[in-house]
Amino acid sequence: MSWTRKLLRVNLSNGTVTEEALNMQWANDYLGQRGLATRYMVEETDPACDPLGPDNKLIMATGPLTGTMASTGGRYSVICKSPLTNAIACSNSGGFFGAELKFAGWDMVIFEGRAASPMYLSIENEKASLLPADDLWGKSVWEADKVLRTKHQDPQTRIACVGRSAEQGCLYAAVVNDLHRAAGRSGVGTVMASKNLKAVVVRGTLGIGNVENPEAFMSATKAGKAVLAENAVTGQGLPAYGTQVLMNVINEVGALPTRNMRETQFEGAANVSAEAMLEPRKSDGKPNLTTNGACYACTIACGRISTIDRTHFSVKDKPEYWINSGGLEYEAAWALGPDTGVDDIDALTYVNFLCNEDGMDPISLGSTIAAAMELFESGAITTAQTDGVELKFGSAEALCWAAEVTAKGEGFGRDIGLGSKRLCEKYGRPEFSMTVKGQEFPAYDPRGIQGMGLAYATSNRGACHLRGYTVASEILGIPEKTDPLESDGKAGLVKAFQDATAAVDSAGLCVFTTFAWTMDDIAPQVDAACEGDWSTDRMMEVGERIWNMEREYNAKAGLTGADDNLPARLVSEPANVGPAAGRVSELDKMLPEYYAARGWTSDGSVTVETHSRLGLPG
Amino acid sequence: MQITFKLYATLGDLLPSNAVRNVASIDVPEGASLNSIIDKYHVPRELAHLVLINGVFVCDADRDQSGMLKEGDVLAIWPPVAGG
Repeated sequence: MSWTRKLLRVNLSNGTVTEEALNMQWANDYLGQRGLATRYMVEETDPACDPLGPDNKLIMATGPLTGTMASTGGRYSVICKSPLTNAIACSNSGGFFGAELKFAGWDMVIFEGRAASPMYLSIENEKASLLPADDLWGKSVWEADKVLRTKHQDPQTRIACVGRSAEQGCLYAAVVNDLHRAAGRSGVGTVMASKNLKAVVVRGTLGIGNVENPEAFMSATKAGKAVLAENAVTGQGLPAYGTQVLMNVINEVGALPTRNMRETQFEGAANVSAEAMLEPRKSDGKPNLTTNGACYACTIACGRISTIDRTHFSVKDKPEYWINSGGLEYEAAWALGPDTGVDDIDALTYVNFLCNEDGMDPISLGSTIAAAMELFESGAITTAQTDGVELKFGSAEALCWAAEVTAKGEGFGRDIGLGSKRLCEKYGRPEFSMTVKGQEFPAYDPRGIQGMGLAYATSNRGACHLRGYTVASEILGIPEKTDPLESDGKAGLVKAFQDATAAVDSAGLCVFTTFAWTMDDIAPQVDAACEGDWSTDRMMEVGERIWNMEREYNAKAGLTGADDNLPARLVSEPANVGPAAGRVSELDKMLPEYYAARGWTSDGSVTVETHSRLGLPG
Repeated sequence: MQITFKLYATLGDLLPSNAVRNVASIDVPEGASLNSIIDKYHVPRELAHLVLINGVFVCDADRDQSGMLKEGDVLAIWPPVAGG
């Protein structure tokens, strides 16, 4: 089984907390976490609802392998309708919160309605209650975590929380758990705050006692761990260098978006790379990186734990930041660094800490600041808006200021909190917004990595690398090398990555395992844990079903094939340097091929035949 | 001829002592194959996973060919790495 077969329904409007049986038919069709929670969203919400209104729901969901001994089996996701994109949102997080929720006996928690005043949910195994959070409102994630720990007096308590940015309506606020892990993208934290829900505190001691076939599960998970340990990426590269090892790679191949994606290589990339994080600094002889870290049950341990140089201008008078916290991961380092033209690793780490402290998605924050910098340099905004700050590309001081005011929702920070699309529209230059469906791009330029342009354009949650990471194939040669400058064959590649990722995201596992694991490694673990037969083919079918269900949800929310697009800059302004020089994204060629591969109409709608073949709801 | 040679991640220590931030300028014979350079600097071939000339990937089968490099080229090599 591995599912606990129970969910908790929390109605914030009337203050009720009730236990409910998990719909096992849906679990069989959608597995768990991303897929299963989206199935509940389809059933229970109007896709056209106001994302920040009481009719939207927010679901914290685990997968069947969450909390088990499967490597990386500690994931949970936050699912809701996004205020940034108006599309379905699903943000996945590691740490220890998801496993603890499972240990307490719950597959998922559904929040509905809106509380009249700030509340938090406390879960101790079967006992769950809504408690006042007036004293927590206005506090950062870190401050609230401290208060809640003092109240609950259990060091094993796990906490997921929103910060001040969410309370202030920043549209890309995250839900932060375990102080520095985050369900980061699409504004899921903003939705949580809109419900007057500050935090979820969970303690579980029930463990996982319902694995379908324990002996087979022990064998399958042991085999999986051996594959991860023996693979050079998951066994050596990721623990030693983290995701940040990509900074120099992506720069070298000429696909590192720079200064709001105007350029494709950054002269300062080496200064903010994984290698730079290991260099001793002059002030104290210590490197930026303190150690690597692992989430629950993870045998890869790619996480970065870092410190900021205490003599750096950003923190020299702020000893509260002289700590170890979650350090720079590649996507965050790119958005805060090359995309803003800043190559000061301590400034980037400081802003990353602010994202941890107050729950902001660093990708959207950095990209939006980059757009603001282009607005400033074009004259669309001036120092009159920025409180006198020269918001120029390359200014570490401006970057730190912008992040500080956004975290607290002060002054121009409220504009930055709108996200790139709304910010650029407000100041009359929508073409400066590097977004798809209103969500900011991650760290790969589609002019230099053609498959990623299609993956961004068709992602169900807006521009995102984690919905179809064709970089693995196009750049890194996993599972096999394809040419990043070639658009032929990318439609099928994108579809395969999208479907596989949807299945992995619904199992409770981390997608980073797929640098070593294929579905043939994952399916036996799910099969041993869960009732029924879970073959590779069934996992891929579940992934495809989930993808199409998300697509249909978005269609009912008002999105169409016309939203499967890229900013004009990427399809009409050629890359300026590197191997991709002179090229644009060939989205117009790939998109019809992709629709055909998906079995959709030429305008991107799910056909009746595909809907019926996959057994989709409605 | 002079080329720019870059070794990253776990390979960084194999660069000559004049390297700065994973980058060195090295002298190679005209017509040198990539594998001859890889071997000269003791890069284990199984770890020469991502091999780029001026940012463009060179597949395993082409690494023994001579004439792949010209004066001023950039040869960059990574072991198997990933991120995201």
